[in-house]
Amino acid sequence: MKNKRLYINGISSISAQLGNEVFEGIVTTYHQNIIPAVSQNYKEFIEPMALRRMSRGIKMGITAAKIALNEAGINKPEAIITGTGEGCKQDTDKFLEAILNQDEKLLTPTAFIQSTHNTIGGQLAQNLDCTGYNVTYTQNSASFESALIDVQLLFLEQPDLNSVLVGGVDELSEKTTLFMFLDKQLKEKEISNLDLLIKDSPGTITSEGAHFFSISTEKSDKTYAELIDVLVFHAKTSEDVSEKILKWLQLNNYTIQDIDLVILGNNGDNRFDYFYHHLQNGLFSEKAQLAYKHLTGDYKTVSGYAFWLACKLFKTGSTPEILKLNAVTCQNPKIILIYNQYLGENHSIMILNSN
Amino acid sequence: MNKGIVVTGMGIISALGNSVAENFSALTAGKTGLSYPEFFQTNHSNLPVGEVKFSNEELAGKLNLHEDHIFTRATLFGTIAAKQAIFQASLSKDDLKETGFISGTSVGGMDATEKYYQEYEEKTGQRRFIQAQHPGFTTSQIASYLKLGGYVTTISTACSSSANAIMLGARLIKTGKLKRVVVGGTDCLTKFTLNGFNSLMILSEEFCKAFDDSRNGLNLGEGAAYLVLEADDVLNGKPVLGRILGYGNANDAFHQTASSETGQGAFLAIKKALEIAGLPPEKIDYINAHGTATKNNDLSESTAFLRIFGENVPDFSSTKAFTGHTLAASGGMEAVFSLLALQNDQIFPNLNFEIPMRETGLKPVSELKKKKLLHILSNSFGFGGNCTSLIFSKNEE
Repeated sequence: MKNKRLYINGISSISAQLGNEVFEGIVTTYHQNIIPAVSQNYKEFIEPMALRRMSRGIKMGITAAKIALNEAGINKPEAIITGTGEGCKQDTDKFLEAILNQDEKLLTPTAFIQSTHNTIGGQLAQNLDCTGYNVTYTQNSASFESALIDVQLLFLEQPDLNSVLVGGVDELSEKTTLFMFLDKQLKEKEISNLDLLIKDSPGTITSEGAHFFSISTEKSDKTYAELIDVLVFHAKTSEDVSEKILKWLQLNNYTIQDIDLVILGNNGDNRFDYFYHHLQNGLFSEKAQLAYKHLTGDYKTVSGYAFWLACKLFKTGSTPEILKLNAVTCQNPKIILIYNQYLGENHSIMILNSN
Repeated sequence: MNKGIVVTGMGIISALGNSVAENFSALTAGKTGLSYPEFFQTNHSNLPVGEVKFSNEELAGKLNLHEDHIFTRATLFGTIAAKQAIFQASLSKDDLKETGFISGTSVGGMDATEKYYQEYEEKTGQRRFIQAQHPGFTTSQIASYLKLGGYVTTISTACSSSANAIMLGARLIKTGKLKRVVVGGTDCLTKFTLNGFNSLMILSEEFCKAFDDSRNGLNLGEGAAYLVLEADDVLNGKPVLGRILGYGNANDAFHQTASSETGQGAFLAIKKALEIAGLPPEKIDYINAHGTATKNNDLSESTAFLRIFGENVPDFSSTKAFTGHTLAASGGMEAVFSLLALQNDQIFPNLNFEIPMRETGLKPVSELKKKKLLHILSNSFGFGGNCTSLIFSKNEE
């Protein structure tokens, strides 16, 4: 079986930053370590009756999915593959608290029904009337990447598939997100998001968002990029990471020289950012290096933002200053590599080509 | 590349016992694993459950875990069952380095979360369990304990999670992406799921009666089951337990928790599985049904049977009355049962069946039945409309 080339023909991003603003030099600043996503005009995409019962994750997921599909001109994809690191936490918290507070009595099922990790994937199937292949991945910070790996596999098996919808969603919830302060995933002191990468302290800041993409084997005038490959891997040391990246580039018939620009997942956590620093000072020292989590916070499917960013960079050709980690400039990148890890686990790389 | 997918190992811990042999002996004896909660803390102790009769401490002891481990009950089950499967497949240390691990779970470490949710803020002692709630954490811990170094991921499509994990593993082997992969799923009884299903009014106070006209709901269960899948060109003469010939995944696209009257999702999943296997419907010798014993599922699934098989619906049974509905683990468990059925040419009975549903008149196999079996269809359907069917086949040259 020979891999068919896969094109990204529709994209969307809902995050703590408003859509394209970062490319216009506008950045929203927050002084809190838990940052909600910018609210959208959900009514445009979801019926008001249904909207009332939905948690933020479901709203963001359906809206982002529809934006990506509209852009690609697809009414009904042939498969829906969703990634979510922590699932529908708002309804999970709600139902769990009802159980605990009411001593397992007089419970209503709505929150439970919407609490399962595949709620968004299921809602999308219903909304788009799509009976095709449908799976939800939840592998912590490699959930979106796992979904992309399945997209590649699906096209490999069924080269005549027309379009697959893929995306990542995570939402904040009151309690479960607050717990991230308690086990030191979040910085103890509230900071400004723009200072994230210069603070020398443990933990990060978190947020929520949804990123969806319409992928097809057909190139169109809407095409943003070609998806080359995705890898999720285990690594104990930063040397391991460099080795894995080199090996994997080779497998894809690339060398390190072919990479024009890298998007790294630095999240300001001084216990684990050495994974990025090692690459910045080593393998990628001569590449244009970008970071983004000081704009979006870190959450389990935030690499969807990096993926969206890569698509946008190909289209616009220029790089917003706020993203730059070093002085190497790169006009019109051809090949972008994205690397991410969280707490030293669930390492992932994605490569896109401007084609 | 179009590699054959072979099963070389299986492991299970369920209400029927902590090994393939113990499960097999209960299945052939027609002995249910349903009981009432002893370890699982709930006010609804009147509801039958398929509980694994070991405490977390006993389970941790079997794995020689340190006292301050972060293994939730689902992680303990998963590690124990996957370890059995790896042992049977006799994977070497080198094999393990490149072996993938695909696990299905619905609520991951929810049991720890519901225990400590109200004390996390006050007390520091149990905070290491905060991240353990998330399904991916469960999977990573099992992979790390068993030193599985290949691609690791988690699927959470409610009650079809482990069937989808098996399907993904099979696809990764077939396309040559992996040589070996451990696939299956794990879930434990939690207040969260028990009360969730109870609030939907689909739990029965009796032992469940799948496909019976008077069925009135399901019983929850717990446990884990995993298979080792290998590409048939890396076997080196290793014994083969069975093959995976087909798999199909579709969405019912009807309702978040209810199945459509036409059984569309189930119908499409079965149809795709038959297509991948290259088998006409009449080649299916037995169906291990999803058969949860809810009014809705059993009728919808039966309708799908009639649509696929017409008047010649093959022998079928649900094994849920043995184990309870083990949610994300059920596809893995029923894969083990299907492989046991193939190996022994035996169909395990659908317990507690008396009267066929008035709508269909279909009768499941209700006594242990000897029969030559070549191809078995196994169904798993979940909330969110996620339907998956797998076809297990005898290894015949």
